[in-house]
Amino acid sequence: MLINVLEIIVSILLLLLAFLALSSKSLIKSVMFLSSLSMLSVVAFVLMKAPDVALTEAVIGSGLVTSLFVFTLLATRKVGQKQ
Amino acid sequence: MKKVLALVFVLVLGALIMNHLNDNNLFAGFGDAMLENRVSQSYIDRDATENNDGVVFDESLDLESGAANTVTAIVADYRSFDTLGEVTVLFISSFGVALLLGQSKKRIALEFKPNFMLKIGSRALFAVILMTGVFVSIHGHLTPGGGFPGGAMIASSMLLLYLADDEFRAKMRGFKILESVMGVFYIILGLAGLMITGFFLENFLDNGALGTLFSAGMIPIVYIIIGLKVGSEISSVIDHFLSEEGA
Repeated sequence: MLINVLEIIVSILLLLLAFLALSSKSLIKSVMFLSSLSMLSVVAFVLMKAPDVALTEAVIGSGLVTSLFVFTLLATRKVGQKQ
Repeated sequence: MKKVLALVFVLVLGALIMNHLNDNNLFAGFGDAMLENRVSQSYIDRDATENNDGVVFDESLDLESGAANTVTAIVADYRSFDTLGEVTVLFISSFGVALLLGQSKKRIALEFKPNFMLKIGSRALFAVILMTGVFVSIHGHLTPGGGFPGGAMIASSMLLLYLADDEFRAKMRGFKILESVMGVFYIILGLAGLMITGFFLENFLDNGALGTLFSAGMIPIVYIIIGLKVGSEISSVIDHFLSEEGA
């Protein structure tokens, strides 16, 4: 029963975070929402008894991909903006 | 207008898929599938012995596959050839990145200056993350995880070093040599299986006692190879991303 309630809460939050990541105007906020989506999906994978996938998602989804996005955002600037 | 068109397109595609799935004789209807006839179910039913006797950790010997979890037994033993293909896909993507971004020699300057706390903290975390990655790779046949997440952890520890220091460049030549050597080792392991047992990548080593570190025949070796290979590939991708031209 407890697990069921937890699963429902996690899946609603997943949908909410995915919508926020798609619709937010600021790119860095979008990346942060995407990262927390990955973090929550780790919880979802553990609840679904798939620890392998959870481990991979934790490393790749919320570690490597997020930091690569942040790096790219730091290295780029708007058109016309100086240095 | 564009959004309405996209909605209509998605609905039509969905209707086509639903329609096609409803009268398709390739897939059995709901509840009619004969799961006991499928290969995957027989892999899941296997008890690491050939006649499902049940196993005791640290005592059971002469197993068919010595891995302590089903996923590893399938990924690194029964379906090792597919894993070789996966590693090749990752190699090709890293090769493509190197081909596109490989000319420039200079690091991208970051917008922010790393402060003292960030430098020292990431030096300390680097060792912890690196050792966790190595641990996960080596214990692939006992715990969930294995070569791919372990290699990604090794690469993210490298990423931390890049984050902490503006001037830092790893010596990429060593990573490239390590990556190629590991790829060659995987093929040699497969060919040795072909020579000894008659099948490519077949396990030819003793399986040992279930659940101990030195067990499961070829699986730990394969996972160490994969961990080092994936780690060096992703590290070189990170290096190429951060030394791009023109920024």
